[in-house]
Amino acid sequence: MQQYLLNIQQPVGDPPPPEVLEPIMRELTALNDEMRAAGVWVFAGGLHDPDASSVVRVKDGEVVVTDGPYVEGKEHVGGFTVLRAADLDEALKWAGRLTRVLGLPIEVRPFHDRA
Amino acid sequence: MHAEIERVFREEYGRAVAVLVRFFGDIDLAEEAVQDAFGEAVRRWPSAGLPPSPAGWIITTARNRGIDRHRREATREYRHAEAVRLGRLHAGEEPPEEGPVRDDRLRLIFTCCHPSLAVPAQVALTLRLLGGLTTTEIAHAFLVPEPTMAQRLVRAKGKIRKAGIPYRVPHEADLPARLRAVLTVVYLIFNEGYSASSGDRLVREDLCAEAVRLGRLLAELMPDEPEVLGLLALMLLTESRRPARTTTGGDLVLLADQDRGRWDRALIDEGQNLVRRCLRRNRPGPYQLQAAINAVHSDAPTAADTDWAQIVQLYDQLLALSPGPVVALNRAIAVAERSGPATALSLVDELDLGAYYLFHAVRADLLRRLGRRAEAAEAYDRALSLTENAAERRLLTQRRAALT
Repeated sequence: MQQYLLNIQQPVGDPPPPEVLEPIMRELTALNDEMRAAGVWVFAGGLHDPDASSVVRVKDGEVVVTDGPYVEGKEHVGGFTVLRAADLDEALKWAGRLTRVLGLPIEVRPFHDRA
Repeated sequence: MHAEIERVFREEYGRAVAVLVRFFGDIDLAEEAVQDAFGEAVRRWPSAGLPPSPAGWIITTARNRGIDRHRREATREYRHAEAVRLGRLHAGEEPPEEGPVRDDRLRLIFTCCHPSLAVPAQVALTLRLLGGLTTTEIAHAFLVPEPTMAQRLVRAKGKIRKAGIPYRVPHEADLPARLRAVLTVVYLIFNEGYSASSGDRLVREDLCAEAVRLGRLLAELMPDEPEVLGLLALMLLTESRRPARTTTGGDLVLLADQDRGRWDRALIDEGQNLVRRCLRRNRPGPYQLQAAINAVHSDAPTAADTDWAQIVQLYDQLLALSPGPVVALNRAIAVAERSGPATALSLVDELDLGAYYLFHAVRADLLRRLGRRAEAAEAYDRALSLTENAAERRLLTQRRAALT
């Protein structure tokens, strides 16, 4: 088994209005439940905008905190799911379900350590 | 004997790598082991003679060499445990050499052509692992620097390992989509060998042969998939015309002007049989239809005898199945033969293909046949400005010169 990160690529800007978002979130919850039932679900979460990001780094031996995301872009990581799958095809199958629900592209990326 | 080993290498490399990938679960180790085994064959076979089953000998030797390699490199604990596991496997069971072996190659082809890999990587991996071509040969054929090709192969194999791309023939539901990728790769290899005339000719003809070999392998492994048979038929029928396709000076000879006596009858018969076989299944696909079009050409003893009405009909089907301006352009060429250049020209002029040299070449030819010389010359110039291919340039230049 291997763990995969399903990275939700979200465009910068306001989220869709509630009447669009609500059914999506309902389907998302259902899909997460299905992943749990299938035993592949490890962790999932949505993220606030990069506006809410802080970056910490070491500068001249001191830890410095600054505002903002590390890189600016037209897309950012809007949320993610971590799942445990036998191989890439299984991970891609779930990612396919997720992208259908969200209407957003999903990057599927393996973790270094085998789970 | 050297030629004999060369032949065994060409025929058995892919099979051996596929079996050992299943055995070791590691592409690099499998490749190294098989190369070791062929090295051993080069040393031993000339004096000892060809073994009764060269393929079996290679696979057994490669497996032993691979286990040795594994033991030698078992510095870290898990590698050691792995060597022990493999040692047990080795003692316990002989690798089956028939039956599952067929599936091993199929599994490896689907692994190489996994949609998570970029198409250039799919092509390179397929040629490398199934065809046994060296990195140098593949780099040469695709006109990329050797280090680029080496890096591409390393990265692709790394992705298979890291991302966990499975060694598996896709399930029924995923098969059509995945098979399309496999067929695309094989046809791309064939076209690279057939259409490009720059670079080393020899390697490029090798690419056609390699694509046909892969096509035959797929047809043997998946005889119930009509598009697989269609692709093989298409390649065989196209290949059958190669001897007549260029002059001794390397100039292109158009289909209508080819000496049909020089077409390869054996390839035509094989291709036509395949076309009949797959069309009987009544699940026509783009490869089957293109093969059928080529089969109609091969049926005609002279260019004038070509059944253009049937070809137009087949293009109609093809256009319905996979619409696109290039298909429409080819259909228009057939329409010109059936209904005259004026009808064809009006079809061609509707197409949005201004950046495609063949579009201008076809227009030029139709205009020439209609006696509209100035416009024809202009179209030849446009075509000439859009192709770098030397043989095509010579043909276009000749045609243009014949106008005046």
